[in-house]
Amino acid sequence: MTTSSGTRTAPARSWRLPFSPWHLLLMPLALIFVLPLVQMVLTSFMSESEINRFPPKFIPSGLHFDGYTKLLSESHILLWFGNTVLVSAVAVISHLILCSLAGYGFARLKFAGRGLAFVAIVATVMIPMQLLMIPTYLMFAQLGIVDTLAAAFVPWLASAFGIFLMRQFFLGLPVELEEAARLDGCGALRTFVSVVLPLARPALATLAVFTLLSSWNDLLWPLIAISDDTKFTLQVGLASFQGTRRTEWSQLMAGNVIATLPLIVAFLVAQRRFIATMTFTGLKG
Amino acid sequence: MTITFAATPRTPPKGTAPAARRRGRALRRTLTGWGFAAPATVLVVGLSIFPAVWAFFISRTRWNGIAPAKPLGWDNYQRIAQDPDAAAAAQHTLLLTVLFVPGSIMLGLLIAIALNQKIRLIGFYRTCIFVPYVASAAATGILAGYVFNPQFGAANEVLRRLGLPAQGFLESPGQALLVICVIALWGEVGFCAVIYLAALQDIPHELVEAATVDGASKLRVFWHITLPELRPVTVFTAIWQTITAMQLFDLIYTTTRGGPMNSTQTVVYYIYELAFQTQRLGYGAALAYLLFAVTMVLTLSVFWYSRRSGSEAF
Repeated sequence: MTTSSGTRTAPARSWRLPFSPWHLLLMPLALIFVLPLVQMVLTSFMSESEINRFPPKFIPSGLHFDGYTKLLSESHILLWFGNTVLVSAVAVISHLILCSLAGYGFARLKFAGRGLAFVAIVATVMIPMQLLMIPTYLMFAQLGIVDTLAAAFVPWLASAFGIFLMRQFFLGLPVELEEAARLDGCGALRTFVSVVLPLARPALATLAVFTLLSSWNDLLWPLIAISDDTKFTLQVGLASFQGTRRTEWSQLMAGNVIATLPLIVAFLVAQRRFIATMTFTGLKG
Repeated sequence: MTITFAATPRTPPKGTAPAARRRGRALRRTLTGWGFAAPATVLVVGLSIFPAVWAFFISRTRWNGIAPAKPLGWDNYQRIAQDPDAAAAAQHTLLLTVLFVPGSIMLGLLIAIALNQKIRLIGFYRTCIFVPYVASAAATGILAGYVFNPQFGAANEVLRRLGLPAQGFLESPGQALLVICVIALWGEVGFCAVIYLAALQDIPHELVEAATVDGASKLRVFWHITLPELRPVTVFTAIWQTITAMQLFDLIYTTTRGGPMNSTQTVVYYIYELAFQTQRLGYGAALAYLLFAVTMVLTLSVFWYSRRSGSEAF
């Protein structure tokens, strides 16, 4: 009995892979997702003659900085980078302040018109951007912010998503702490700043990641409202540069690296926070 | 709030002082509340509901943004029905949505299940699969132009190594929309996978264990327990990805700009061209409203369907 069962399991075991079969699915998938980005970085270090060769090369023969130096001298890439950093910084800071204030107001304070205001905010989620493009452009023109950086950050100063996120978070906090602060004579603002906000760090981090991603990567609003190439953000700058230099790949890839690397590095450093943000968008948003 | 107000007259008036104080306190509370909520509310509502209403008035005019707008009534809307470009754009948007939504849901679920295994290198796989999500659609589009370049792109090189004929990809009217769909999936599927992964990890272990103890096979557990548990997430993802597909703009702008031969001109891209290249603001706004109406009907029907069949998505 023991020997026969032993011989029966032996061939079965020899069929088994030395690793989980899931690797057979995950390894190719992982490569498909990451290799284009690797190629983007590698190509940015190739010389133009190396790129336009058949069959194409994957690894550059050496570190050529032609793409970067040409991009620096032939476009305003540094200016665009600075503009984008500024736009994202304003967007993130404004989001953190305004959305947490409003989220707290909707979660905890009782005031006339609260229900209606919140319904209006939730309803805005339904309105698609193609409906907003034309009037928003006209509005920006009226406000005199066409061709200024404000056109890139004004749409990201606050968002329904941000208000909703913060409200959900505050609703989940126990009320007792705030009540204790109130009994000690703290006003609403004081209670909010010194008692509630320190507890909200995870939600604020999620909100910051969301705003950073949206404002940094946004193409449509600045594309519509900014035509002065010294006011471009990175995304608009790259798109316009691509429009005129369709074949100068080392420069285009260098621009791509400059535009995406900060976010990729941020993602690698704070992966948990990014994933928490994506999860929140999906499960609660 | 309403209860306190309704109760006030029933109690015998003991003098005006407490009532006035109460009213004063209510006013202060309202002011405090609005102090917190107003800045963000004004921005969000002012940048969406107000322009959306304005867009409706624009849609009933002929306007180039400079000369005075000429009122047209419903003419713009009637004209859409006879516009072959609008019909083609609608067809492209529909095809893109029909390919993208099920594609991202199935691929996202598959990836999530794979990433939910406790095997070696799983952290590495996770990082690789999620990282394209943070790259902007503009950068993704430019990168795609390189990878799918017919002359020296990596995609044709892979085909050549496999002994397959080279393709035109983004330069071929028959393939461009498909290639854009593939690129959009590459960039967005990580999002679906993350959501499904979180949902999979939320499924109570007891459910799966109980079924396994009762002798259910892995496939049956998946079919009868995992999938039903994931339904709310699937409904949400379907709605979200439908909106993403119907609004796809950045990627088209940095790959084909609607070409070749208008084969990738979607409704949103067409509206952009009408409004910002040919200055036909009224007609563009009318088309935008029509698309909005269609999206609304689609979203609400998915929503109602999911409500009726008993799964709460929100």
